[in-house]
Amino acid sequence: MILGLYNYWIVVVLMMVGFYIVIAHGNLIKKIVGLTIFQTSVFIFYISMAKVDGGTAPILAEGITQYSNPLPHVLILTAIVVGIATTALGLALAVRIKEAYGSIEEEEIQTKDNLDC
Amino acid sequence: MAVAFAIVRMKDLFAVIMLSGIYGLLSASFFVAMDAVDVAFTEASVGAGISTLLMLVAITMTGRTENPSRHKPLLALAVVFVTGSLLIYGTLDMPYFGLATDPVHQHVAPRYINDSMQEVGVPNIVTSVLASYRGFDTFGEVVVIFTAGMGVLALLSVVRKPKDMAEIDLINKSMHEEHLILRIVAKIMIPFILLFALYVQFHGDFGPGGGFQAGVIFAAAIILYSMLFGMSTARKVINQSYIQLFAAIGVLLYGSVGVISLLNGKNFLDYNALSADPVAGQHLGILLVELGVGFTVTSVMVIIFFNFAGRRNDQQNKENNDL
Repeated sequence: MILGLYNYWIVVVLMMVGFYIVIAHGNLIKKIVGLTIFQTSVFIFYISMAKVDGGTAPILAEGITQYSNPLPHVLILTAIVVGIATTALGLALAVRIKEAYGSIEEEEIQTKDNLDC
Repeated sequence: MAVAFAIVRMKDLFAVIMLSGIYGLLSASFFVAMDAVDVAFTEASVGAGISTLLMLVAITMTGRTENPSRHKPLLALAVVFVTGSLLIYGTLDMPYFGLATDPVHQHVAPRYINDSMQEVGVPNIVTSVLASYRGFDTFGEVVVIFTAGMGVLALLSVVRKPKDMAEIDLINKSMHEEHLILRIVAKIMIPFILLFALYVQFHGDFGPGGGFQAGVIFAAAIILYSMLFGMSTARKVINQSYIQLFAAIGVLLYGSVGVISLLNGKNFLDYNALSADPVAGQHLGILLVELGVGFTVTSVMVIIFFNFAGRRNDQQNKENNDL
């Protein structure tokens, strides 16, 4: 059944929403939010691959035979925390840009740069 | 998904950020449904908590509304549509959702599931993979977090003279009248949040938890304190230079566990070398490494928040002086 692929389609749609925000919007903060959505779609992609039907959370216990795959969980766990650290760095850059240019709209920054030249 | 679409349309950045917080919480509950309890834990505290907060602090400095004009939305839409359809075409060859025979479940995962109890002796497989089997990876991640913290420090830190006690008292008095209920409730809750963070830190071997989650929760408690009691009070409690030292100590602790196992004649981060009994060595190694992760994550989160908030206070002071 082709419908068994629905998890990937959700991921693709979310990813494209994030992608659209990044390329079509000029506001830097909004771009960062877009990147976060893009990032989360990758998380969902990994986690949904790890799911096994009838499996449980990968914590060993008596009487459970089927576990979901723990490896993607580990990769994403660290990726989330690294993601927030890099997002914070991006926000810090946006704040500095605001201080230097008085705006965080891409086009206004560009016109200012062109005037200076 | 509906939330994600709403984020595209909204122009008020405050609403966008609130929605992204909701989005984070929703994806956390999705992760629980997908059996990834550890990941859900992290996403709930990071996506719905800290990241929302940081973005809010950022928009207080950069302004709240977005310019409605977009550059070439039709072209962008076309690019997005083409990429999306190519990706969906690519998924047609992917294995179906939830099958136990997927290629992902065939390589190293069975070894982790079947042998980690004998080799590492920790019931939570995620913890044993994170800290032991893929310890080197995690070390890299911790260094990345540390570097990002240093980057924020370099971009936003301002040299400031410490305020004297009288001024702080004055601020405290004025805030007592404003946020009385919030402050009292927070005072009751903060010890429990800190205690819970410690529980998550040290119980990570048995249930969901570990250094990353505990670090974020611990930092959230400190941030809550500094939001309600003012930055200068929080700076008195938590010294900025100490917290920077702690961030470095975390990375150092992690690295030195690896060096010790090297000196004992095993590979880097091979905890079997830490004790005569391999399983006891693994336990010790995981404990130390998670502690290092917890230190670094907590301090980096606090550093990031302090610098954002400190920058904002500075800007406000300047504006007040100008008036």
